[in-house]
Amino acid sequence: MELDPILLSRLQFAWVIAWHILLPAFTIGLASYIALLEALNLATGREVYFRLSTFWTRIFAISFGMGVVSGIVMPFQLGTNWSRFSDATANVLSPLFAYEGLTAFFLEAAFLGVLLFGRGLVPRWAHLVAALMVAGGTLFSAFWILSANSWMQTPAGYEIIDGRFFPQDWLKIIFNPSFPYRLAHTVVAFYITTGFVVIGVGAWYLRRGRFVEEGRSMLSMTLWLLTILVPLQVFLGDAHGLNSVRYQPAKIAAVEARWDSLSAAPLTLFAVPDEKTESNRYALDVPYLGSLILTHDVHGNVRGLKEWPVGERPPVAIPFYAFRVMVGIGLLMLALVVASWWVRASRRLYSSVWFLRCCEFSMPFGFIAVLAGWTVTEVGRQPWTVYGVMRTADSVSPSLTGQNVLISLIAYGVVYLIIFPVGVALMARLVRIGPLAAGMEPDPVEGGRPDLPVRALPTAEPQVLP
Amino acid sequence: MSVPMLDFVPIWTVILGFGVFLYVLLDGFDLGVGILYGFTLNRVSRNLVMNSIAPIWDGNETWLVLGGVGLFAAFPLAFAIIMPAVYFPLLGMLLALAFRGVAFEFRYRDAPHRTFWDYAFCLGSALATFAQGIVLGAFIQGFDVAGRDFAGTSFDCFTPFSLLTGVSLLFGYSLLGAGWLVLKTQGELQEWARRLGRWSFLGVILAIGLVSLFTPLLELEIAFRWFRFPNILYLSPIPILTLLVAIWEWRSLNNRSEIGPFVGAIGLFLLSYLGIAISLWPMIVPYKFTLWEAAASPNTQAFMLVGALFLMPVILMYTGWSYWVFRGKVRADIGYHSSD
Repeated sequence: MELDPILLSRLQFAWVIAWHILLPAFTIGLASYIALLEALNLATGREVYFRLSTFWTRIFAISFGMGVVSGIVMPFQLGTNWSRFSDATANVLSPLFAYEGLTAFFLEAAFLGVLLFGRGLVPRWAHLVAALMVAGGTLFSAFWILSANSWMQTPAGYEIIDGRFFPQDWLKIIFNPSFPYRLAHTVVAFYITTGFVVIGVGAWYLRRGRFVEEGRSMLSMTLWLLTILVPLQVFLGDAHGLNSVRYQPAKIAAVEARWDSLSAAPLTLFAVPDEKTESNRYALDVPYLGSLILTHDVHGNVRGLKEWPVGERPPVAIPFYAFRVMVGIGLLMLALVVASWWVRASRRLYSSVWFLRCCEFSMPFGFIAVLAGWTVTEVGRQPWTVYGVMRTADSVSPSLTGQNVLISLIAYGVVYLIIFPVGVALMARLVRIGPLAAGMEPDPVEGGRPDLPVRALPTAEPQVLP
Repeated sequence: MSVPMLDFVPIWTVILGFGVFLYVLLDGFDLGVGILYGFTLNRVSRNLVMNSIAPIWDGNETWLVLGGVGLFAAFPLAFAIIMPAVYFPLLGMLLALAFRGVAFEFRYRDAPHRTFWDYAFCLGSALATFAQGIVLGAFIQGFDVAGRDFAGTSFDCFTPFSLLTGVSLLFGYSLLGAGWLVLKTQGELQEWARRLGRWSFLGVILAIGLVSLFTPLLELEIAFRWFRFPNILYLSPIPILTLLVAIWEWRSLNNRSEIGPFVGAIGLFLLSYLGIAISLWPMIVPYKFTLWEAAASPNTQAFMLVGALFLMPVILMYTGWSYWVFRGKVRADIGYHSSD
């Protein structure tokens, strides 16, 4: 089989960014949660918030470190594998990446040090400020990187000279048509992802009768938050969908596996889309619902894939299934939130075993939904890197052979499969140890990083590292 | 375009040149410490060696992101040609840095696998350094370019010259690392650092000599630039200063000087950096595209300058501040503040 450098480069990009996206999906929400805990501690003086904040900050440190390590890889991917894309789009996109780097650097890195090591060195209000700055920094990073991502989906504010993009209006570039929707939908998704991790951990403690006060606080507070965020996300997802109908109709047609343009289109709940015959097999349709969702009108016109030549259609099966995974998870989340109202009303929120088990089971939900949603939007963008203007096939580095990229893909595969599971295991270990009372144990995160390895390792038995 | 046709290229050249040099110095010494870590004699000294860079290494590494994104932003054509040309060295560097980076966290949180992460730390540091040296060598040698694309193969960057610069950088970073350790440690460990520093120094001197000898042979223009009259007069301070700094560095490694070895190593790096810059000026894709030809549009460079001029000083200030906070010698007993 001929090795295709384009396909392999896409797989490589998908692989490194899929792992990377899991970390901001968790840390962005976690940074805000930590800031909230610090604020609550300062406002109420309750020690449980302090213990929770310290506990989650430790976990934050590991995931943030892994985010940095996997994030360094990303800008280099653009150069090594997508050099033509870089050359063509740099004038427009590079400042957005640069601002992402600078603000991340500025707010996150600067104040993360205080957050991690400064507990004993600065007053509590200053610690709160540091937590707020870190949370703000993560949100700024999301702002810039999603702006760049959105510009690739809905380019605006540019002109093309000699096949390259040049900026005309920075405001139009940054606030391109899909950006506000994507930003809102993504950030809320990240908050929800963190929320489900927090209730999972809280439920696990409650079911084992350990750290009960912390477990209750995590479960109760976070479920109130999710009560607002999950329904909000349904609304934001709908708005984002309508935006895509307007600017990326071919993507929506693929998501819905809609081949023919129809008014009063049905919603295809499930099917096996067949790109060769341009039809769906085993389709399970609900009449009128497709038009109702996509146009908010039962007789609205929905455009089908056949409106576009074959070479301008995205793949159908991947966005179609990924979208159903995302929505399916969203519905499960909604069900859990509704169930939480019921157990809370009957005063069994902290004791209902089946509910606590459901909470534990739902821990990975957010991550799965984020990956599925990201797959929908990025695969649905194909065959373009800059939607409707620059093709993926014209974006790859011309010097790369399939064999080159296969080697690097395998290398990234092996290394990530070592690093990420170990990182997750370490975070799981911190969860098993649990939040300890302040002052009970010297906080390994506190009091200066240089001390850590010394304390954690036995200092006897000299041993030669060959 | 609404922006006046101001020439931002010199400004961005200075910013990027400064950023890359700062990266080389900062991550250079902590990568060097990582290489020397492989030669430590016992667990106590391993802990101390690691502690000497633990609070600052991640800040150092983030300059790499700014360097990469900075090149993309200010000189995108250079980014688009150079990155694919050094495909495999970059792959090696990124994976080695990833391994090394997580080794910091995993080494002491994952006690049962300590030995594995010890190796990961040392070998990761060495591989990342070697890969950066190959990138440097390939850069000095120049690239095969057609139109706006790199036209060679992904293996072109591996040449005898780039392997030489790879090994050179291993010695160079080791010297920086040894200088840092002399500054941060005392007693036996400091003696050990001085000893390794002396070996690294001999390697560095040999490397500077060989690279200086081979570089003018690569491109006639470089030879002309250095040896033609009257250039040879203007440029002679560089080799002469290098010789003087080298002598001073050797003496610092042998006498009681605490800060001398580190400062001397920085001096040698600065002079080598200047030497390369003089050889290649004004090329950013050597022998093919100048800084001006590879620059982003003035509008782009102007938009980024606003943020850079505001945020760079802040970043520099807190970088300096964090070095100040963690100043002084690392000691084995500091960690026991609450249990002793």
